[in-house]
Amino acid sequence: MAIDFKIPEGILQTRQMVQYIAETTMRPFSRELDENEHQRPTAFVQAVWPILSAQQAQALARIERELESGGTTPVKEKTKERISTHYLSMMYLVEMLSWGDAGIYLCLPSAALGGFAIEAVGTPEQKLRFLRRFAEGEPSWGAMAMTEPNAGSDTSAIQTTAVFDEETQEWVLNGEKIFCTSGGLALNEGDGLVMVWATVDRNAGRSGMKLFVVEAGTPGVTVVKAEKKHGIRASDTVAISFNNARIPADNILGSPEVKEGKSGKGFKGAMATFDASRPLVAASALGIGRAAVEFVKEKLAEEGIEIPYGAPYHKLTAVQRDVMEMEAQLKAAHLLTLRSIAMLDEKISNPLEASMAKVKAGKAITWITQKAVELLGPLGYSREVLVEKWMRDGKINDIYEGTGQINTLIVARRILDYTRTELA
Amino acid sequence: MVSFTPTEDQQLLIETIRRFAENDVRPTAHEHDEASEPNPDALKVGWQMGLIPSALPEELGGFGEMSAVTGVLALEELAFGELATAMHLMTPALFAYPVTLFGTAEQRENLLPMFLEEDFAPATAALLEPGISFDPYSLKTTASPTEQGFVLNGIKAYVPLADSATHILVYARNTETGNQEAFIVSRDQVEIERREMLMGIRALPTYRLKLHDVTVAPDSRLGGAVGINYQLILDRSNVALAALAVGVARAAYEYAKEYAKQRVQFGKPIAQNQAIAFMLAEMAIEVDATRLMVWEAAWKLDQGEDASKDAYLTRQYANKMVLMVTDSGVQTLGGYGFIREYPAERWLRNGRGFPTFDGLAIV
Repeated sequence: MAIDFKIPEGILQTRQMVQYIAETTMRPFSRELDENEHQRPTAFVQAVWPILSAQQAQALARIERELESGGTTPVKEKTKERISTHYLSMMYLVEMLSWGDAGIYLCLPSAALGGFAIEAVGTPEQKLRFLRRFAEGEPSWGAMAMTEPNAGSDTSAIQTTAVFDEETQEWVLNGEKIFCTSGGLALNEGDGLVMVWATVDRNAGRSGMKLFVVEAGTPGVTVVKAEKKHGIRASDTVAISFNNARIPADNILGSPEVKEGKSGKGFKGAMATFDASRPLVAASALGIGRAAVEFVKEKLAEEGIEIPYGAPYHKLTAVQRDVMEMEAQLKAAHLLTLRSIAMLDEKISNPLEASMAKVKAGKAITWITQKAVELLGPLGYSREVLVEKWMRDGKINDIYEGTGQINTLIVARRILDYTRTELA
Repeated sequence: MVSFTPTEDQQLLIETIRRFAENDVRPTAHEHDEASEPNPDALKVGWQMGLIPSALPEELGGFGEMSAVTGVLALEELAFGELATAMHLMTPALFAYPVTLFGTAEQRENLLPMFLEEDFAPATAALLEPGISFDPYSLKTTASPTEQGFVLNGIKAYVPLADSATHILVYARNTETGNQEAFIVSRDQVEIERREMLMGIRALPTYRLKLHDVTVAPDSRLGGAVGINYQLILDRSNVALAALAVGVARAAYEYAKEYAKQRVQFGKPIAQNQAIAFMLAEMAIEVDATRLMVWEAAWKLDQGEDASKDAYLTRQYANKMVLMVTDSGVQTLGGYGFIREYPAERWLRNGRGFPTFDGLAIV
């Protein structure tokens, strides 16, 4: 090994294709979809569905081959040897799509966050059964439902229950979930699914938390509200109520067993999804930040203001200093994200690095986009261009998948080697 | 292929320097800072690590590994030990590296062998100038071409180890072309006005130099008729300074973290308060982010890519980062942070200097 920042050629080529998708199916619709909240990004969905479904089909074919040959095959060993670039590819994909439009990006017709959980915890049979819908037919969406009105950062406080009905061999779900990204798309459009966190024992805390797959069309499952948001308005954020919703016994991911006194595999599984989702949220922030920095530099150049890299500090104007700081902040966030992503590909545990990237990217993009509005004056604040929208879109990255503060707390516990009781 | 793992050789180097820092530098750093004098024992051990020879050309007896990545890894560890000693130890590189990169065959053959000797090489460089308007692209020190060579005039600031140097690389603006060039000047041609009195890096003697009608031969111009790639020297310098800043910041961060876990108030370690813990988390994040920026810029240098913008932005970022982190270090220690027996305030004094350390390090 050696320190190396070379991005593989294949990823850069794909990135160019994604840029084309962003320029033709995202940017031209950014303003319209922002102004008309809850309208669907049809052009984007139609453009990417054939690509994504083909990729999902390939992944499922691999699982089928493995199942047929009895699990452990030489093929698997072979892929283990060389270092994967799976997450690195995703980072560049998410960055570029978010450069296009962060709200539209979230409407990717795919298993999304739900897919992470199924990949991480599901059996091969479950993967085939639940993921097939993302490989063929009409576009479908996956979603993840964790947050409840009284359980935000404190996910262990969830109150949604899952009770096993011995007679019918079904799980019965009751409760309310909020802030579910793409939940409306998953349940009401196409044949999607929502991964629902529920407790099988309210007194068991974390060890009672389990993950259930709820498919579209399940009776008792209702989208009760579509949120109106500050930014990422093209993204669908809903509240879902579960009223005696019955799902098959095999729709639980992981073991239904409750182990006393320790966090169950289910809760740990949820936390492990964050190791992947937080760097990708950071990657999304980077795309928005890059869009804002590029636009600001372009507009300043039109006014004859160039950025004199290398000049002594005392010769720089306040605006030039700000722009340089924006670029440096973006680079710092980019590299922390890249590190956490490289660790995922190398299969090295990365919760500290993932939270570091998330904290930095969330804070940096909030500052960068707010600064961009300021630097461009009346133009920056105007809805005729996208800068003000990027500021509103950017803010979500400092909030979802754990606020900046919760992720800072995680970083602090990790560096100090403290438990959550030692550092509350 | 993206990777954040140093080579095995680099890891060995890091461990060697870390041991040097812990055993030879840190125990007496305070004492030497108080006395404003270098630590000769540490410098002797440090010189024996052979950091500069490893970068020099093979045909002259070096190892030919002028890697910026290896360089920044070494500098971070050296500065983690103590900034003044790190800069002292690497001062000869301010002369040796530009000669290696841009010297004519004759200059290299004549000037580089002294860096392979057992004893510390008495060479340095003079870039920075006094006053608040220093501009590396418009030096006030001038070199006027004459029939006999060049005549140098000007004042240089913070020139490390100038009094004991035999050779000084002086950067000056060519009055004919307006370009910034480098000239090899011998110690007896310049006048030392005084030793600089600085807030930090006190164990490193630096000097104010005066060049008054100093005449040098035509072959004293580094690189001869071709000259130097001045921008590359600035780039390599910016990256090196940022690497040193990371080392200083890491020292302050690690000390503050350990202190906060030990120091009990209101019945529990102060690190168990979010106010302290969050400060430490931010320090950790910023040290790591800056290190990665340094690595990337150094990697670009090694790839032969244009790293000017990266090096510049990274240095600017590191200047701010090291101030924030060393200040937070003092703050974590509270009253003890202000007491000179504790190292935190020294790191803050050293950290504050980075925006003005132009030309004081190179990879």
